[in-house]
Amino acid sequence: MSEQLSRRRFFKVSGGLAAGAGLVAGAIPEVALAATAADVGKTVLPYPRKPLSAAAKMAVGQAVAFSYPDDASPCTLIKMGTPVEGGVGPNRDIVAYSTLCTHMGCPVAYDAKSRCFKCPCHYSTFDAEKAGQMVCGQATEDLPRIVLDYDAATGTVTAIAVNGLIYGRQSNIL
Amino acid sequence: MAQFKDRVPLPPVNAQKTNLTCHFCIVGCGYHVYKWDENREGGRAPNQNALGVDFRKQVPPMQQIMTPAMHNLIEDSDGRRYNVMVLPDKACSVNQGLSSVRGGQMATYMYNPSGDAKARLKSPRLFTGAQWVDTTWDDALAIYCGVAKKILDKDGPSGLVFNCFDHGGAGGGFENTWGTGKLMFTALQTPMVRIHNRPAYNSECHATRDMGVGELNNSYEDAEVADCIMGIGANQYETQTNYFLAHWIPNLQGGTTDKRKKWFPNEPIPDTRVIFVDPRRTNTIAIAEQVAKDRVLHLDIQPGTDIALFNGLFTYVVEQGWIDREFITKNTTGFDAAVTANKLSLDECSRITGVSAAKLRQAAEWAYKPKAPGTLPRTMHAYEKGIIWGNDNYLIQSALVDLVLATRNVGRRGTGCVRMGGHQEGYTRPPYPGNSKIFIDEELMKGKGKMLTAWGCNNFQTTLNAQAYRTEIHRRSNIVKDAMNKARGSTTAQMIDVIVDACDKGGLFVTTIDLYPTMFSEASSMLLPAAHPGEINLTSMNGERRCRLSQKFMDPPGTAKADCLIAAAIANTLKAMYRAEGNAAMAARFDGFEWKAEEDAFNDGFRRAGQPGSPPIDSQGGGTGNLATYERLRVMGNNGVQLPIKEYKDGKLLGTEMLYMDGKFDTADGKAKFLPSPWPGLPKPVSDLKAKHRFWINSGRINEIWQTGYHNKYNAYVSGRYPMSIIEMNPEDMASLKIEAGDIVEVFNEWGTTTAMAYPEPDQKVAQTFMVFGYGNGVQGDVTTNWTDRNIIPYYKGTWASIRRIGGGAEHRETISFKSRRYDRV
Repeated sequence: MSEQLSRRRFFKVSGGLAAGAGLVAGAIPEVALAATAADVGKTVLPYPRKPLSAAAKMAVGQAVAFSYPDDASPCTLIKMGTPVEGGVGPNRDIVAYSTLCTHMGCPVAYDAKSRCFKCPCHYSTFDAEKAGQMVCGQATEDLPRIVLDYDAATGTVTAIAVNGLIYGRQSNIL
Repeated sequence: MAQFKDRVPLPPVNAQKTNLTCHFCIVGCGYHVYKWDENREGGRAPNQNALGVDFRKQVPPMQQIMTPAMHNLIEDSDGRRYNVMVLPDKACSVNQGLSSVRGGQMATYMYNPSGDAKARLKSPRLFTGAQWVDTTWDDALAIYCGVAKKILDKDGPSGLVFNCFDHGGAGGGFENTWGTGKLMFTALQTPMVRIHNRPAYNSECHATRDMGVGELNNSYEDAEVADCIMGIGANQYETQTNYFLAHWIPNLQGGTTDKRKKWFPNEPIPDTRVIFVDPRRTNTIAIAEQVAKDRVLHLDIQPGTDIALFNGLFTYVVEQGWIDREFITKNTTGFDAAVTANKLSLDECSRITGVSAAKLRQAAEWAYKPKAPGTLPRTMHAYEKGIIWGNDNYLIQSALVDLVLATRNVGRRGTGCVRMGGHQEGYTRPPYPGNSKIFIDEELMKGKGKMLTAWGCNNFQTTLNAQAYRTEIHRRSNIVKDAMNKARGSTTAQMIDVIVDACDKGGLFVTTIDLYPTMFSEASSMLLPAAHPGEINLTSMNGERRCRLSQKFMDPPGTAKADCLIAAAIANTLKAMYRAEGNAAMAARFDGFEWKAEEDAFNDGFRRAGQPGSPPIDSQGGGTGNLATYERLRVMGNNGVQLPIKEYKDGKLLGTEMLYMDGKFDTADGKAKFLPSPWPGLPKPVSDLKAKHRFWINSGRINEIWQTGYHNKYNAYVSGRYPMSIIEMNPEDMASLKIEAGDIVEVFNEWGTTTAMAYPEPDQKVAQTFMVFGYGNGVQGDVTTNWTDRNIIPYYKGTWASIRRIGGGAEHRETISFKSRRYDRV
């Protein structure tokens, strides 16, 4: 089982990293509640930009819990160590997913050995190295992938959107 | 178009809400369909949407599944467009709000001109020249019936051959088995009929029926209260998903202990145990071990040795006295002869099955050792294709039911000896008009039959010895196609003569009646478009005989229609043809098809069975089917009624939860019958292959793919993951053949050759593989033998072959996960 940081601890750590990277934290909204109303000219929901971590400081295989696009949506950020589909960062190996199973919303756990997410309720499994593809299970959707942006200048990984509908929502933005 | 699939429209409060039983597996989960105008949406507040759920905040786990796959936009025949959302019914006792990966995608599979189902057949098609052209029902029926009539008049009924479904759910149901059955058996009177998944007109459960024990004799609730469940050759998590998740797992977790105590207050309630009989460690076993590792036993028998296993256990429990002597004496016959014929010591059983004697003894203790003096445990036996497509269907079922009868594990709550099932059931037909079982595939390959109709099935993907069969059907069909191609400018009457003449010269006129063009339609000259539940009203029953009405909520695409109405159209056309020539006797054979809607077929078949003045009708509704009406079933909703119906009272249909509670069985004298079933070894064609080839090619369904993949192949979620049939192999075997995950391999033996995508699976034993059965891109049946049991039931799971790498899998490896499909291995 992977090491899961508590949400509180994660924010503390990532805040420190962001400061260390020289970001002005106040310039970037941190939670969805700060999102503006939808722009009629856009096809993407008004997702917040949320800095998560400095790529250089991330340990391979260590799953880091965070929430996105709001506090009610638990997610996990992982540096896989090898380039993977949808990965960002200098090695294209950093990915993040919603950790609510798309089947019935149970919290999926990241298994560092197999690099998969596993649901304890109805036994669906999702591959973190294949964009959240369901390996076997009862979900009709792969695990929603948190779209990440990597800023090469600052080394910061930022959550910018969610690809796939998070369980228990009509829309990813509440 | 939005970039991300990250929102769905909500049904407004006044959205139309109807019932829909899942199209697919036997379990028949209940779903609700919400339908509303395309230009309206419900709101997020609970009083603004039909679900009554507050979507202004995160919905808690297990409360409401609602995914993009559960929504679609459809168009009715009047041109109006609607949103539809298909969601699992929380009040349905079967699935209790759970959806499976198959049923959860039903909305996606409903027709939409730009959706996954856009390839649906919308009008009849005729193959002329080098291509398919759309035609009208009148024109198509003129040719179909014109050819059929000439063959019927000249060659008799045996010239007309059908490969036809006999099940429930999509592509079946009581209405459609009746419509097709009445056409084939009463009107045309042809015995040249095979069933969708086997090459003759036969049962998958002859032995257990001969023994007086119908194969669907308990309720899903019995799995909640059993002391022990023996799951035999059935990968429940992947093939009867929500039966396993909603009924087996809670019992294994201890969640039903209170119910067990309440139901059985005067006996010990031990922790529930599960015994799996399967040569491979399935994901079901992996999951069960995750739940209760020390209460799961896996008897990983050598392929094809089930008979020896049950005979060994039978002999042992008789020796131990763990049997119900009184029941055997009063309610059964043939016990002593079976004891003698089936006698097999545990050591000999161990030698044959490869399972240690200690493990066999443990299984016997778990399942059959009295839990208190004079109190036998309640052990449910649930089997499926591991037995049905196993080494001698008839003998395995005999051996199993012998063991079950001796220990009285039938007719008591918490027991039952049941098949788990594939499709839902839905059988109502006139009796089969033949005295013997005919191996239809082989008859066709020998040149018999002149006109073949493939109705709701695709045997190019689902038969045995499939490559040879496919080759021969194509050869014979091409004789007709070539003749039709040369009949330039011919009238319908002339074309009929051309076709019949080609059939007389060894040709075969092939028609496919289905939702989509299929692999079988490649050998066809005509396609007729059928409809599926939701587009039509349809009744079926699940594995606990629970009958529900799936309500129509949209029109079928184009001029597609229910199979029963297609049968009626064929019958009525033929009737008119005979009338026109003044042949009243023949015209009368086609009487009774004046049906306007599916309900007319339901009333004509299911509701007339056993009624005074009715013709003989074999119906799973029995003689009380007349108590069911569409309106009564609609009122009963997704919980329906368990057949046979006992009575209609206070506005409700009352059904039957468990059969044989009174100790009376379905035999002439009411006594269950033991049948001798000595271990026969492997059939020679199979043992010959085993001697020559390295790999056992086991086969079966996998979770995400439904049967032939007729919908799935158009669906990116499934076909993206499984672009072709997978073959699970042990990694050591793969390394020795220099095969990487995702590589395309050839699987070949003396019977045929096929291809598959290699999928490493550490739980797969060395030299034992598992390949998807029935999928289109890589047909497992191509390498099976033509061996069958005495009732022409194939041994699909019994073949050995060689494997070699033939193609690179680089692209597969980029997009497809090759991690273990076992829960505890990933």
